[in-house]
Amino acid sequence: MSLYVAVEKTLGNFSLHAEFNSESPTLGLFGPSGSGKSTLFNLLAGTVDPDRGTIRIGERLLFNSATRISLPPRERRIGLVFQQGLLFPHLTVQENLLFGYRRLPRAERRIVPDRVVDVLHLAPLLGRRSLELSGGERQRVALGRALLCSPKLLLLDEPMSALDHRLKGQIIPFLQAVQREFTMPYLLISHSLEEIRMLTDEVLLIEQGVLTGRSHPEEIARQSLGSSAGYQNLVKVESPCKVDGLWTFPWGDQRLHLVDNGSGSPGVCYSLSSRDILLCREHPSAISARNLLSCRVLKTFAYQGHVGIELDCGNGRSLVSQIVSRAARELGLGIGERVYALFKASAFRRVA
Amino acid sequence: MTLTNTDWQALLLSAQVASLAVLVALPFGFAVACLLHFGRFRGKALLEGLVNLPLVLPPVVVGYLLLLGLGTQGLGPLLDRFGLSLLFTWYAAVLAATVVGFPLLVRAIRIGLEGVDPQLIRVSGSLGATRIDTLCNVILPLARRSLVAGGSLMFARSLGEFGATIMIAGNIPGVTQTIPLAIYDYSGMPGGETLAFGLCMASIVLSLTVLIASEQLMKGRWEAKG
Repeated sequence: MSLYVAVEKTLGNFSLHAEFNSESPTLGLFGPSGSGKSTLFNLLAGTVDPDRGTIRIGERLLFNSATRISLPPRERRIGLVFQQGLLFPHLTVQENLLFGYRRLPRAERRIVPDRVVDVLHLAPLLGRRSLELSGGERQRVALGRALLCSPKLLLLDEPMSALDHRLKGQIIPFLQAVQREFTMPYLLISHSLEEIRMLTDEVLLIEQGVLTGRSHPEEIARQSLGSSAGYQNLVKVESPCKVDGLWTFPWGDQRLHLVDNGSGSPGVCYSLSSRDILLCREHPSAISARNLLSCRVLKTFAYQGHVGIELDCGNGRSLVSQIVSRAARELGLGIGERVYALFKASAFRRVA
Repeated sequence: MTLTNTDWQALLLSAQVASLAVLVALPFGFAVACLLHFGRFRGKALLEGLVNLPLVLPPVVVGYLLLLGLGTQGLGPLLDRFGLSLLFTWYAAVLAATVVGFPLLVRAIRIGLEGVDPQLIRVSGSLGATRIDTLCNVILPLARRSLVAGGSLMFARSLGEFGATIMIAGNIPGVTQTIPLAIYDYSGMPGGETLAFGLCMASIVLSLTVLIASEQLMKGRWEAKG
């Protein structure tokens, strides 16, 4: 998929200027509220026309001010998923799912209902009405409904911001599955860096109506090294079990331990701040921290008086720790050297 | 307290007139309400005023204007040519009830349309629905409670219609005499109090039945669970 956007729009005293061309199948648009994310969403969806510019998906021209082309929303073939789900309350889940599908000419139907029901685990919900669904279920149905229009692009507008951590965890794997199973490109609009990192490979930064940058989500995350929260390492839980009140699960070649009163179900994602990871050159003994990993230094990078140390924890797993410059000098860590990373079981925070 | 044959005729005619008036007005009422709610056009305020006019005019005035409009100076000769002479038939009573009750119907439907989330209309468009499609399959079902509410309000108003009806349909027992006209006749008749009272009771029963039935209808499948 290639998406080309070059638009200008003025609304009152707010104006948006955005120009980008992306080939990424999982593109993120990241910015604070009021930055112009929703305006860009509306311009792409076709509910608002730009003052000037061009919007193109692949070879299809959706909008061009010079040639006065502006396809109406129903001809844009963009699947929309909103924050609130917006299912039709008078229809069942099945009728909601098929709403767009039935209106699509047969030749255009690239995605079949059975597959969508399968991938999104919707079978038990089909006969229900939208008011009987949980927030996470509603978003899954909304996603399925958009998919069944066989769109060229999915436009996800803060699809998880109305959900709590537990429910987010029920959506993220499905979004990943959708991209994988249907090779469906999406543009995710979000103000949550964690969502952007979990779901996109490339991210556009928007602030006060202007695109201020474009990079890998990881790069943006690393810029938070200097912030009070630090860099957030994302750790995904697989096959956990509970031992002595702690959840323990394999992570690469090693094991991690964490405190969480919740269910600790597989697929859950936690964040671990770079500030909470201590480094030790020698193997420490008699410590209270429950996590002790043997790692190698992969690389170091400095950011605003802090030094970030990327650690190779084996089997493709890595963590970023941060220490102050002076500690870095004293430890004298070089690339490839062995080091021990320590952190408490309570340092994890659930994100999805 | 018994009802005479004429009373039964009046009762039946009233129900018939009110039902037909509502049926005729519903599609137009929905269309006009949509036009007023979604439309952006010149003369919208004028249309709104015209629709609401029968609400503020005395029904007798409405009836008189209709009489002029359908009379020999108006559309009368044209209608006669097609064999459609309306005046002083029960269809005229239907017309009177339709015109007088129409603003109530439109008002109720507009309130219903205001309750339809505009975002859902957007979603419908993004899923490939045309405007008409969205109107029939999203807006209409979501606003259907207001159609029932407006319809029953109009039905109740039609049952009581007097001024416009007597102007264009007359007061012919068994032909155009509805309940209010019959009561009016009885009230001017010596010893007619009991008869008038009987019809009053009958009209209360009829109106209550309609109101209760519409309440039940409005408790829709999805609203009840929400």
